[in-house]
Amino acid sequence: MDLVRGALSYLGDGANWHGYDGILPLTWSHVKITLLAVLLAAVIGLAVGILLGQARRGGGLVTALANLSRAVPVLGLLALLASNASLGVTATTAILALAVFAVAPILTNSYTGMITVDRETVEAASGLGMSTRQVLLGVKLPLALPLIAAGLRTALLQTFATATIASFVGGETLGNLINDGQSTQRYDQVLAGAICIAVIAIVLDLLLGGAQALVTPGSRGARWRRVISRSSETLDAPSGRLTEHAGESPSDTRDLSGHGTQRTGIS
Amino acid sequence: MLLAAGPSCYSQSVNSWFCWQYVHDYSSDIQRAFVQHVELAALILGISIVISLPLALLALRTRFLRSTILSLLGFIYTIPSLALFVLLQPVFGVTHATPVVVALVGYAQLLLVRNVLVGLEEVPAEVLEAARGTGYGAVRLLLRIRIPIALPAILAGIRLTTVSTISLLSVGGLIQQGGLGQLILNGQQRDIRAQVVTGIIIIVALALVADLVLLLAQRLATPWTRMGT
Repeated sequence: MDLVRGALSYLGDGANWHGYDGILPLTWSHVKITLLAVLLAAVIGLAVGILLGQARRGGGLVTALANLSRAVPVLGLLALLASNASLGVTATTAILALAVFAVAPILTNSYTGMITVDRETVEAASGLGMSTRQVLLGVKLPLALPLIAAGLRTALLQTFATATIASFVGGETLGNLINDGQSTQRYDQVLAGAICIAVIAIVLDLLLGGAQALVTPGSRGARWRRVISRSSETLDAPSGRLTEHAGESPSDTRDLSGHGTQRTGIS
Repeated sequence: MLLAAGPSCYSQSVNSWFCWQYVHDYSSDIQRAFVQHVELAALILGISIVISLPLALLALRTRFLRSTILSLLGFIYTIPSLALFVLLQPVFGVTHATPVVVALVGYAQLLLVRNVLVGLEEVPAEVLEAARGTGYGAVRLLLRIRIPIALPAILAGIRLTTVSTISLLSVGGLIQQGGLGQLILNGQQRDIRAQVVTGIIIIVALALVADLVLLLAQRLATPWTRMGT
């Protein structure tokens, strides 16, 4: 328990919050790296996901990508990029590696969001004389928005978490507290860093959950539950089990249990 | 020797991305890392599966328990792995792999419990009533009716958990407890590209093979799911 006391007094010392390896500058740079990586991933993931979803093609490709991104270890890709002489141990390496991993949830969720829009709704919209473009912008995208938002939330959280690891390839993140602390055997600093990372991740999750609830239809109660409990469909979409809180909102377009429950993970 | 051997493909001057000479020279290191990785993954999966079933049954009791348990598991899932490993070190010690095992068992619960729940909820109420009517007790009902019907969902959850555990385990390398993760990190630190790539290939292959084996087991255990397709 000495270690816990040490960590708390580390956090209590104002000098540890500023300057080299200070908590505040590291937090800022951690957030910056996360946002840049997700922005990069969102440009690619949204464009490809929406295009494929609009064309209703490439389902196998999307599933393969989702599965591959789960099997390839993040640590490995970080080390691989860092071993590349032209990149080396820099913040750019960290951002690129994080972006590669953030593409998968964004792409798979926007794709799934697009292809699960009710066909009859789309037909009704075209029947009313809306052009393909109008149907896409006015009907499909708004209906796919909850899933797209869920994908962005997962990507942001996952990237924030992975950025912790990225400190060993040159990303200035809160992971520095853990890495530097380990090499200098300052375990109070290591533990203090872990506490900061965990607390910020949880706060970030709640904030993103709130933002996600704003763009998601449903009762207030159901919304709030979604804020608290991670939306499950983003974790394993689109390879099968897409049941999110089954029964909570039967009319919810995101409840894909109809064709999800009997399928298995990788096909 | 008449022909002077050139520098090996993993030496600093060549540093190939992949190199059989490296695999050959370091086979005992690779093997050790591999065995540790597999052992830890198997241990984590074993413990996770044993815990997840009672947890799911508990969650099934009331709405309140269900949302509490799922929220709690989601909360654990939100904590980044490296931070969770370090947070568990004061409790479970710094010199062995227990913090990594405990953390990954915690992550696995969200994936497993959610799938077990989906599976158990799929059991039709009429089937349960019919079984009770013919004199099935609670335990027999669970073992003979509910779990077999829920099996496809449960096995899908186990597959998902297996792949993510094998991959996530490598992060343990950062606290010197990670099997193949440590191999990768060590390769990066010593600037031996072949070592990094070999580590990644083995992890991905391990995840794919484990997934395939479980898929086969799933097909064999639940032949009825393929009827009519």
